[in-house]
Amino acid sequence: MKSTSNTPATDRRLRNKMSFSQTVSNSLTMAYRGLLKIRRTPEQLFDVTLQPIIFTLMFTYIFGGAISGNVQSYLPVIIPGILVQTVITTSIVTGVQLREDMDKGVFDRFKSLPIARIAPLSGALLADTIRYTIATVLTFTMGYIMGYRPDGGLGHVAIAALLVIVCAWSISWIFAFFGVIARTASSVQGISMIVLFPLTFLSNAFVPAETLPKLLQWFVKINPISHLVTAVRDLSNSGTIGWDLTISLIGAAVIVAIFAPLTVRAYMRRT
Amino acid sequence: MSNNQGKKLLAVNGDWAVEACGLVKSFGTNRAVDGVDLKVPTGSIYGVLGPNGAGKTTTIRMLATLLRADEGSARIFGYDVVKEAQIVRQLIGVTGQYASVDESLSATENLVIFSQLLGLGRSAAKRKAAELLEEFGLTEAAKRPLKNFSGGMRRRLDLAASLIAQPPLIFLDEPTTGLDPRTRNQMWETIRRLVKEGSTVLLTTQYLQEADELADRIAVIDHGRVVAEGTVNELKASVGTSSLYLGIKNLQDLQAARQIVERVLNVGSSVSTEDGKIIAPMADADRVTDLLIAIRGAGIQLAELSVQKPTLDEVFLTITGHGVQEDASKASDKSQKEGVGRG
Ligand SMILES: Nc1ncnc2c1ncn2[C@@H]1O[C@H](COP(=O)(O)OP(=O)(O)OP(=O)(O)O)[C@@H](O)[C@H]1O
Ligand SMILES: [Mg+2]
Repeated sequence: MKSTSNTPATDRRLRNKMSFSQTVSNSLTMAYRGLLKIRRTPEQLFDVTLQPIIFTLMFTYIFGGAISGNVQSYLPVIIPGILVQTVITTSIVTGVQLREDMDKGVFDRFKSLPIARIAPLSGALLADTIRYTIATVLTFTMGYIMGYRPDGGLGHVAIAALLVIVCAWSISWIFAFFGVIARTASSVQGISMIVLFPLTFLSNAFVPAETLPKLLQWFVKINPISHLVTAVRDLSNSGTIGWDLTISLIGAAVIVAIFAPLTVRAYMRRT
Repeated sequence: MSNNQGKKLLAVNGDWAVEACGLVKSFGTNRAVDGVDLKVPTGSIYGVLGPNGAGKTTTIRMLATLLRADEGSARIFGYDVVKEAQIVRQLIGVTGQYASVDESLSATENLVIFSQLLGLGRSAAKRKAAELLEEFGLTEAAKRPLKNFSGGMRRRLDLAASLIAQPPLIFLDEPTTGLDPRTRNQMWETIRRLVKEGSTVLLTTQYLQEADELADRIAVIDHGRVVAEGTVNELKASVGTSSLYLGIKNLQDLQAARQIVERVLNVGSSVSTEDGKIIAPMADADRVTDLLIAIRGAGIQLAELSVQKPTLDEVFLTITGHGVQEDASKASDKSQKEGVGRG
């Protein structure tokens, strides 16, 4: 056995504050942990892999004829809609997994290490962008297979993909907040679904707003998800950047501005 | 306990690894820790001994910055656990009662991540992980996910994870609960080696034998309070004197022998139920000579004679008014249900 002798406490260089670069490096390590966990348990990617495939197929063939006359002309409407719906639903997982993680024994170890206390939270949020990317790529690929040829071109499609990922990341702060304050993982799932279901379905993701009753139309039009969907449609179908993109980004920024401090505060108090 | 002298001597050089003063923690109306004072000298093994629910884990969690005390204060090498928590975390390694490693990752991945969090580069972290796995005999299982690790392997990995930064103070919450005798002995060896290398170890245990074997000093806690503190010998001495054990060859002589013992030593006696030995407190060693002569005179043949210091079991019984073993057996039931009462 090796006989390394320990440095006594009095001879160590100690600091009570974490530097910014250490916070970044700790967050990256925690994100790396998140990726390892995804690799070890690929079944937790079911939602981001199956949902885009099944939803794209189902919605296109069920509603395609009724809404747009035929499947081909429905694709430019439905693909951006399903993209937004899928990626944003995926962001719920952030909160659920955060709650599960915080209840596990390993969290005690993180708390006892001299690391930036925010790292487990920021790392988790960072690692989840991988999930959004997978969902985005799969949805577009699925659309392409079914015959969707976005007129905006690859560059604009890429911008649209990035926009969706950024917005999903912002929205994941809301669910991270639920994750931090809730008592069980299943309650996080429950609350999040209640919030998200009306937001995604009462939008223009699947049907044009004009076909809806007056009251619903009003809600659909102010719903930020609708703006995001429109922004994605504009980008990928015609390569234009309009107001909807600005509104989406402002909405994302507002969500982060409100929920990031709330989440961090609640998180610091809980740990 | 009457160890004031020892306390004063050590306090002069001010070299405490742990100094806790009046720690209180309540969960609802339950005062889990109710004014605990602890002083752990640097470089020693300190045992915290107590039955189920005594408040051992809660105390350790407060000292390890995992839980904030309602009242009282604690210092680790002079640094306050609340105000200077990040410094304290650089000085401690914590092995909790329940394994604090990532179940879904492999042993190597766990150690690499913890090493990187502690500031090691990628290759240094990998080297450190390999080195620790080797040291704790886990190399073969290094790549397997922890889900199919045995309890003992998990415990060793957990301890390995606490030693990455070679901390000068190590908290071990029931390090040997659930280990087989051989693994337990290995764990004891590891703990002794850590102290030889300059670390201080604070461990909790429900096993008196373990505290006896390892600890330089012991605090006995019960219902959230320290009910006794001192070295093992001080604690034993506080209970009283040694006991005399007499084994009689022909059991029909037992009553006669007891009468002689009680008459000559002038004390009460008892008979142990397991092996039929006569047990009597022995205040005055000289009287034993008289006793032996008297027994020979009565024609009673002895099978065995021994003098034993009181066990910590008896110490515990005397101090708290209830035994530890009965609690400990319940505890091992409980510790199998992972995750009970974690904060
Ligand atoms: N998070 C918690 N919430 C509520 N009560 C708690 C919590 N943690 C501990 N307790 C209570 O505090 C008391 C002390 O518990 P603690 O875990 O410190 O005991 P212990 O000495 O470590 O026992 P054991 O030998 O079973 O590990 C118990 O009555 C327990 O039920
Ligand atoms: Mg305990």
